[in-house]
Amino acid sequence: MPQRLPLPDAEALCATLAEAMRPHVDPAATALVGIHTGGVWVAERLHAALGLKLPPGSMDVSFYRDDFHQRGLHANAKTSQIPFEVDGAHIVIVDDVLHTGRTIRAAMNELFDYGRPARIDLAVLIDRGGRELPIAPGFCAHALSLPAAQMLALERDADGGLSFRVIEK
Amino acid sequence: MSFMNGGGNPQLNRHGELNHLLTIEGLPREVLERILDTAAPFTEVAEREVKKVPLLRGKSVFNLFFENSTRTRTTFEIAAKRLSADVINLNINTSSASKGETLLDTADNLAAMQADMFVVRHASSGAPYLIAQHLGATGRDHIHVVNAGDGRHAHPTQGLLDMYTIRHYKKDFTQLTVAIVGDVLHSRVARSQIHALTTLGVPEVRVIGPKTLLPTGVERLGVRVFNDMREGLRGVDVVMMLRLQNERMQGALLPSTQEYFKSYGLTPEKLALAKPDAIVMHPGPMNRGVEIDSAVADGGQAVILPQVTFGIAVRMAVMAMLAGN
Repeated sequence: MPQRLPLPDAEALCATLAEAMRPHVDPAATALVGIHTGGVWVAERLHAALGLKLPPGSMDVSFYRDDFHQRGLHANAKTSQIPFEVDGAHIVIVDDVLHTGRTIRAAMNELFDYGRPARIDLAVLIDRGGRELPIAPGFCAHALSLPAAQMLALERDADGGLSFRVIEK
Repeated sequence: MSFMNGGGNPQLNRHGELNHLLTIEGLPREVLERILDTAAPFTEVAEREVKKVPLLRGKSVFNLFFENSTRTRTTFEIAAKRLSADVINLNINTSSASKGETLLDTADNLAAMQADMFVVRHASSGAPYLIAQHLGATGRDHIHVVNAGDGRHAHPTQGLLDMYTIRHYKKDFTQLTVAIVGDVLHSRVARSQIHALTTLGVPEVRVIGPKTLLPTGVERLGVRVFNDMREGLRGVDVVMMLRLQNERMQGALLPSTQEYFKSYGLTPEKLALAKPDAIVMHPGPMNRGVEIDSAVADGGQAVILPQVTFGIAVRMAVMAMLAGN
């Protein structure tokens, strides 16, 4: 049987992450961009908790992934929406789980196609290790180590509650 | 075409994924829906400061146009460039073919230049299929072929962008009545539209035109035939006009373009017979005053320019899916 970790409470991690970010954000000027799909849910939570003025953006990095030539275009790619001016903005990229760092690399490349941000930070609920690129989160609510064969997925139930689940690859 | 039916679909690879786009006929509904779904996020790329995504970076796309076309070639070129591909345009009626080179020799030469994709427009039905088959038979399946219009046979990306447009405005295909009006006989666009509409579950597809411009046996494609435009337009949700193809006319199929306009030109008065929220489409280029009145072409129900914009996103989706498979 695969190892069953006691997984942290995703809702509690959202609150922890918001408090970690609070001293470093300007509610009038900081903008969040969530990465589809889990990162978008987390960005919505953080946006409400931090009382940010700019509407949160969302990105699907399918068009920027580095495994396109091995795996092809991902089915069900979503439309990226950046509803604020990127030039000169302070942007926090938000994702549920940080693993290899390749998604974040793709997200930064995509952001620069909208303009030149003044600063980009990274906020994640869980850093599960296994980095393949020199990328580190500025804000992280929880760190744990998972074997490469396991995937950590954020899920949302019918009432909007968030929880983590381990998927065996 | 018979060669599209027997022995598996030559457009799909062994995993059932699209390897070439040659015709809509015979493609499963899921594949058509996947293309339309994939096109949606590409529409947003055009609104960015940098209107480009890196999916086809380092790939070479050859536009092989054996027949004149400005709009289709341009939209394929824009689509490929927005995917970051290198695009090479060849107008072959003015070069190799006039020097006697065969179609397959041309393809072989470009394949030897490390082509990754051919976008083919040809006056002969089946030419893109011939190239795809030749590439497969010589172990070069990694080069993808997109049919950009072959003879009277098919124009699949036009059919797909029309479906994207209909879905954008009408959401659900399964409640619609759609009329295709005009020169169906010479129209590869009409064939692709009919196959796409019936595959996507449109319950009533009508074709409207004079007997001389409707192919015999067209009702076998699952359409209702009308020779009276007023009767055919009654209660439709979508009016898809076709261009009167003067350059393909042989013999006297029509008395005159004025007579044609009187019977089959879309005027505000005839459009009033369709549903009040019906949309009007045209694949372009339009012949104003021949198949469509300017008051309709420039009116509130026309979605002809959005068709052009959506066409780029649909072609981006097709090329990205092919290159990734």
